Amino acid sequence: MVIKQQAQAGTFESSDMLVLVEPVSEGTGRVIELHSPVMVQFGKSIKEEINNALDEYEIKDVRLICNDKGALSATISARVETAIRRALQIQDGVLPS
Amino acid sequence: MKNVLGRDIPEYIEGIGKLEPFQGAWTKLKKGWMDEPAVAIATKAKLPHENKLCESLEEAIIKANPVNGMTISFHHHLREGDDVIVKCISILSNLGINSITLASSSLTTAHDGLVPYIQDGTITRIYSSGIREKLGKAISKGILDIPVIIQSHGGRARAIRTGKIKIDLAIISASAADCEGNATGAVGKSAFGSIGYSMVDVEHAMQSIIVTDNLVDYPCIPISIAQNFVDYVVKVDSIGDPSKIASGTTRITKSPMDLRIAQLAANVIEHSGYFQNNFSFQVGAGGATLAVAKFIRDKMKKKNITGSFMLGGITSYCVDMLNENLFKALFDVQSFDAAVSSSLLNNKNHIEVPSTLYANPFNCGCLTNKLDIVVLGVLEIDVDFNVNVITSSEGYITGASGGHSDTASGAKLAVAVCPSFRGRIPIIKKRVNTIVTPGESIDVLVTERGICVNPNNKDLELRLRKAGLNIRDIHDLEIEVDGITGIPEKIQFTDKIVGIVEYRDGTIIDVIRQVKE
Amino acid sequence: MIMKKNKRRTALYIPGHNPAMVQQGGVYGADTVLLDLEDSVALSEKDAARILVRNMIRTVDFYNTEVTVRINHIDTPFGITDLEYIVPVKPEAIRLPKIETKHDVIRVIELIEKIEKKHGIPHGNIKIHPMIETAIGVQNVFEIAGAHPCIDAITIGGQDLTADMGIVKTKDNAGLDYARKAIVMAAKANRIDALDSVFADVNDDEGLRIETEYAKKIGFTGKAVINPRQIDIIHDVFNPTDEEIRVAIKIVKAFNENAARGIGVFALDGKMIDAPVVTRAQHVLNLADIDINDL
Repeated sequence: MVIKQQAQAGTFESSDMLVLVEPVSEGTGRVIELHSPVMVQFGKSIKEEINNALDEYEIKDVRLICNDKGALSATISARVETAIRRALQIQDGVLPS
Repeated sequence: MKNVLGRDIPEYIEGIGKLEPFQGAWTKLKKGWMDEPAVAIATKAKLPHENKLCESLEEAIIKANPVNGMTISFHHHLREGDDVIVKCISILSNLGINSITLASSSLTTAHDGLVPYIQDGTITRIYSSGIREKLGKAISKGILDIPVIIQSHGGRARAIRTGKIKIDLAIISASAADCEGNATGAVGKSAFGSIGYSMVDVEHAMQSIIVTDNLVDYPCIPISIAQNFVDYVVKVDSIGDPSKIASGTTRITKSPMDLRIAQLAANVIEHSGYFQNNFSFQVGAGGATLAVAKFIRDKMKKKNITGSFMLGGITSYCVDMLNENLFKALFDVQSFDAAVSSSLLNNKNHIEVPSTLYANPFNCGCLTNKLDIVVLGVLEIDVDFNVNVITSSEGYITGASGGHSDTASGAKLAVAVCPSFRGRIPIIKKRVNTIVTPGESIDVLVTERGICVNPNNKDLELRLRKAGLNIRDIHDLEIEVDGITGIPEKIQFTDKIVGIVEYRDGTIIDVIRQVKE
Repeated sequence: MIMKKNKRRTALYIPGHNPAMVQQGGVYGADTVLLDLEDSVALSEKDAARILVRNMIRTVDFYNTEVTVRINHIDTPFGITDLEYIVPVKPEAIRLPKIETKHDVIRVIELIEKIEKKHGIPHGNIKIHPMIETAIGVQNVFEIAGAHPCIDAITIGGQDLTADMGIVKTKDNAGLDYARKAIVMAAKANRIDALDSVFADVNDDEGLRIETEYAKKIGFTGKAVINPRQIDIIHDVFNPTDEEIRVAIKIVKAFNENAARGIGVFALDGKMIDAPVVTRAQHVLNLADIDINDL
């Protein structure tokens, strides 16, 4: 699917991750900018978790800025999924806009 | 060579000498008489009414005839507010002195300013209990050629007494002092309470300077440091930032997780068999460890139990318990908040003790030997109960040995408390980065996900199980926590040794290697 | 066997959008954790909360803590989607806010059944806990409590109910007295649990104890909590005393011995022991985590 607009999900709180999603031109691929206090120990796994969430929605081109505060895997995938759904405007069960 | 815990220890390090490997928590002490010699107190004389007062810190230091390669000692009672250590080193540097051995009882974030003086060779060796932040990171990255030596509070007292640290000049900050050098930390605008870590320094130093921002009329009362050990006295405008030296009263954490862990730890203590009349008790000042005191206080009142003494770093919370007659005495080697000073001054059962009485293993019995229960925080703990309180999960030096191994060794019941993971980092490991306290001296680990009893203490496990507590095998818990967080990548180190962790008896329990960037 | 999950002394509310708190839901010793998608979640975060709670239920071990999710009311834009996300991960119970009639409950249960069918999940395992938060709900509570076998607890929402009644919630809960007792009676009549509302002042331990003691006295079996600090006090109130346990052990033991000889009603210490007495004694042992066969 194609990301057409900006969106974000999550917070700066401990054990959470703030995810910003931005559209990029087709063919750019996935640009993932990750900041994390556990980069040395978990940088690789976090990127994998982000990529898995993007795979679910078949996102090829996107720019993600992820500010991690030590989130567990379940939180990372939840925040990325929420941000993607918001950016794709495929949210359900939200306030009618 | 490998020490008894399987840690690789070099036999010899240039600039330090031969290393003696750790053999076990009490192995060396069993001999009773120790082989190490004691250092005699310097024999000096002053003429009647000779003036010790100096115009400035520079003048005092110059009078002490500083030389290259000297060892200079400080205390860390001013904590994050300390303004004296970096100033003294900069004076020495300006005088062209280099290759100094810095022997401070500990170093805090106030000492990040030492980094340039290590880079330019003013300081070439460091002894300390703790090192933090920028200084710790710089040392972990290898700016010192000779590894830093990390000591426990008791270990430092031992090393000074036996001349392993040979102090040429002790510079002691005091919040009040008189012209002869009688000094204390218990009064004055920069009051910090007990000055316990300094007493051994002035006794064994070749020369001593008292630095104070509060020169009082003779005599300074109380006399925590006595004039017969002091060469020079200097009045300065400030010894540090009082708000960072000691502020207010220490409050019990509001973190639900810390409170939960503390509550579980208190349950462990209650059912351990050691919670009975006249028990002695020590807790740390932070987070979950101090909160244990809150729950123990409630249990003491409920069960009508009164204790013997509280020991160690003293907070206003301990003072409250003394005032409620829950304990007979406080032995105070270090006071953690401003509210403690007035108690130290006014309550005869609140007793200032030197570090050597507190925890030096090489004498006829330090106070930690008389301890029943201690509650200890950890940075990491492994399945053998070995504890790391000095290096971070990334391998950098960022903590303090403190009284950790001293109290664990002495207490009948050493309770380690920690969350099973912080952020995403598991705290229970197969193997800790650095061992400070050997697992054989830790009896039980309390986490929010279960209580693990050291298998060498079967009776304790039985008692806790009987009380219905959630006892788990530490190996199972380690695996479970890894499952929650994922398995972290291993930290990469080079072969270069940047730190040596001395056990309290002077043997080497572990080394710290340079973090590979 | 000890059925730990029989106990519902405490239900710890955790905002569903807060990962730090949700991931630790099982460590505070509460009998139930209430992962909330409703009032504690801002309208703009409803989507984030339900995705997070779904992921967390899938991966987090809540140990012996019963996992309950409070969804938004089915007539809000969020309620049905909440169910679509939450039902497939099979929480032990779903709490339904502002239930006013038995039809309200039946509608939700039918929706749940539909979702379960779609995902090939057997029906009937997820328990339903209606919340009574309006005057109409109180008037209909007996029917609501008995509307469906999935319902095994009913609960009062004190704040909303006082608001609906147009009165101020006072510390003595005077305005709620009738509602609380009506809800308890409806629960008892249907043999299900009755769960009390939260005590809002987390710094007032004594007030919490007094309110909980009253709740126990009038028949509530548990109480919601908003801070883990409140758990111990409530457990302490609901836990049987040593004397109660001693008597219960004696009764259940005697019952088992008599039952083995085919005797159902007998006398013990001069008192008649019949089925209801035994049931109550067994309940005391359950609360005390005591298995008579272990003694």
